[in-house]
Amino acid sequence: MPTHGTGRRAQGTVVALGWLGVVLGLAGLLLPRRTARMAGVPAGRPALTALRLVGLRELACGLGILARPRAAGWLWARVAGALVDLGLLGTALTSRGARPGRIAAAAAGVAGVAALDARAARALARAGDGTANGHAVTARKTITIGRPADELYRFCRDVGNLPRFMVRLQSVEALGDRRTRWRARGPGGAIVQWEAEIVEDRPGRLIAWRALPGSRLDHAGAVHFERAPGGRGTEIAVELAYTPPAGTLGAVIARGLGRAPEQELQEDLRRLKQLVETGDIAVAGSLRGETPPAEPRRPPPRAVATGGRR
Amino acid sequence: MKAVCWLDKHQVGVQDVADPEILTPRDAIVRITATAICGSDLHLYNGLVPTMKAGDVLGHEFMGEVVEVGREVKNLRVGDRVVVPFPIACGRCAQCERGLSSLCENSNPNAWMAEKIWGYSPAGIFGYSHLLGGYPGGQSQYARVPFADVGPLKIPSGVPDDAALFLSDIFPTGFMGAELCEIEPGDVVAVWGCGPVGQFAIKSATLLGAERVIAIDRFPARLRMAREQSGAETIDYEAVDVHDALKEMTGGRGPDACIDAVGMEAHAPGVVGAYDRVKQAVGLETDRPYALRQAIMACRSGGTVAVIGVYAGFVDKFPFGVVMNRSLTIRSGQAHVHRYMRPLLDRIEQGQIDPGFVITHRLPLAEAARGYEMFLHKQDDCVKVVLTP
Repeated sequence: MPTHGTGRRAQGTVVALGWLGVVLGLAGLLLPRRTARMAGVPAGRPALTALRLVGLRELACGLGILARPRAAGWLWARVAGALVDLGLLGTALTSRGARPGRIAAAAAGVAGVAALDARAARALARAGDGTANGHAVTARKTITIGRPADELYRFCRDVGNLPRFMVRLQSVEALGDRRTRWRARGPGGAIVQWEAEIVEDRPGRLIAWRALPGSRLDHAGAVHFERAPGGRGTEIAVELAYTPPAGTLGAVIARGLGRAPEQELQEDLRRLKQLVETGDIAVAGSLRGETPPAEPRRPPPRAVATGGRR
Repeated sequence: MKAVCWLDKHQVGVQDVADPEILTPRDAIVRITATAICGSDLHLYNGLVPTMKAGDVLGHEFMGEVVEVGREVKNLRVGDRVVVPFPIACGRCAQCERGLSSLCENSNPNAWMAEKIWGYSPAGIFGYSHLLGGYPGGQSQYARVPFADVGPLKIPSGVPDDAALFLSDIFPTGFMGAELCEIEPGDVVAVWGCGPVGQFAIKSATLLGAERVIAIDRFPARLRMAREQSGAETIDYEAVDVHDALKEMTGGRGPDACIDAVGMEAHAPGVVGAYDRVKQAVGLETDRPYALRQAIMACRSGGTVAVIGVYAGFVDKFPFGVVMNRSLTIRSGQAHVHRYMRPLLDRIEQGQIDPGFVITHRLPLAEAARGYEMFLHKQDDCVKVVLTP
């Protein structure tokens, strides 16, 4: 189970780097003369213009990093910018009135920040920031259900139960003790099928599975069961990951799965809770067959946040 | 069957819709014998609650006769007379077991919508937007009642519809408002709003032992009802300054507890009222919290403000400094009707209250549209409209 701490630490560094960009950018843009003096560069007209432009670029990168969600891209852009800056500093060395000591210090600073940027960008990718690596679709959700962990474990371990609350699944068959065959609806109603193997099975605690090699969809998942405090039953946490092989049908399917994977998983868990706590899945309609399981197909109307206008 | 459908803002109509069917083993179908228009239905009517769709069946206050039950509904038989609570509750989740049925964790199929604006979802409610489940309501000839094994309350034949109907919502809602105040002997309770819920809050405060109840409204007929039915003292907020009047009436202390039975569409005279109306109209706030602000300001230091009027989203100029510096307690919630129905039916049977006193108008279901207009504009001193299918 991924811990939340590592991701957060990476995020903290990213935020600091973003603000550093904003501060340096503003300095270059608004106080080019003073910045030039600090960097040991003679404050001629071309140098001041160059500093303003560098400032503008730094500001843009800084804001881009802070705004996310593509912080990694902005971090790499700044690494590229740092290479340009080092070139400019090298040129400045040859001009009249240059102070080599200060220029060297400035160059060391630029290189140091670039190294931090590169490290942070890589950490972001490792932390599973889906936008950073662009491929894997991951989701993690948790819910509390008022039943003992053993009972819930048994219910989920009987894989045939899964389609009862996971809308996308058409069927899951047990092919033996650990092997299972999954059939799911992809986008446009296409059926995709794969086989998976349970890779970890700790009764009352954990079920983890992974699609077998050769599947069209590289899929892995885990369900954790933990006793909830205060006699409130069990906290269930589910993690799912789909990694499509590039350029194949799998990619299309995974994109379909990935449209709102977290929301879909949340709805699946809610249906599981309804099923085991109340005996059925809540339906709102009044006629048989008119109410498919509620599923968020689109975001709620904006009117929700801005008053009752439809 | 005929049903009152929401069509658009300020537009409702009686339409033909399909009869409901049993969908799960815990369902029942009820043939409705009496249903009412709630003040909160007016928020839908005024288009202030998002996620309403044209054709949605309205109504969450209804009672009737059981005509069909699912196989797991052992407590009801065909022919039983029942009142149906407005929150839909499974009776088995942690919130239901705690007695907080309006917070049922399992009854809102559209919980994700509610989570987007409220963080977590409350229970589904009959006929009250898709945000709260999209369940067809009870201003109709028949209704499907989910979780019928834990919701509907059987009504003895000696208790007429008029006396029992309001157990579905407004009597428990008003009662909960008074109960949240934890009234002690000698307490003075002020109630903002003398609509149907306010009337029950006023009456309940006296039942729970308040020494004095002060009722605030601007409509003479409603103020008169509060005086005559519950022995309340009254303040016309258009005639006097409410804050000064309350201070004056309580020896400078302020009321020990205040109940906001108005909610998101409060009316206020003058600049403040215009300010909130404009902000609500352009979507800068969803709710006009005028009564709530006044209740907080007026409440005795260390007192309780109970909010049972409906709020939907965001309010502005909320005087939180008053709450903090004067140690006020704010309590609120949609009524947990399930836990109040039985004890309140007992009070009705014991003759402590006859809830029918709020009814001013009766119309056939077919004239529902006229009922909404009449109720909204308080025409003909309208307080409560009961519809007969």
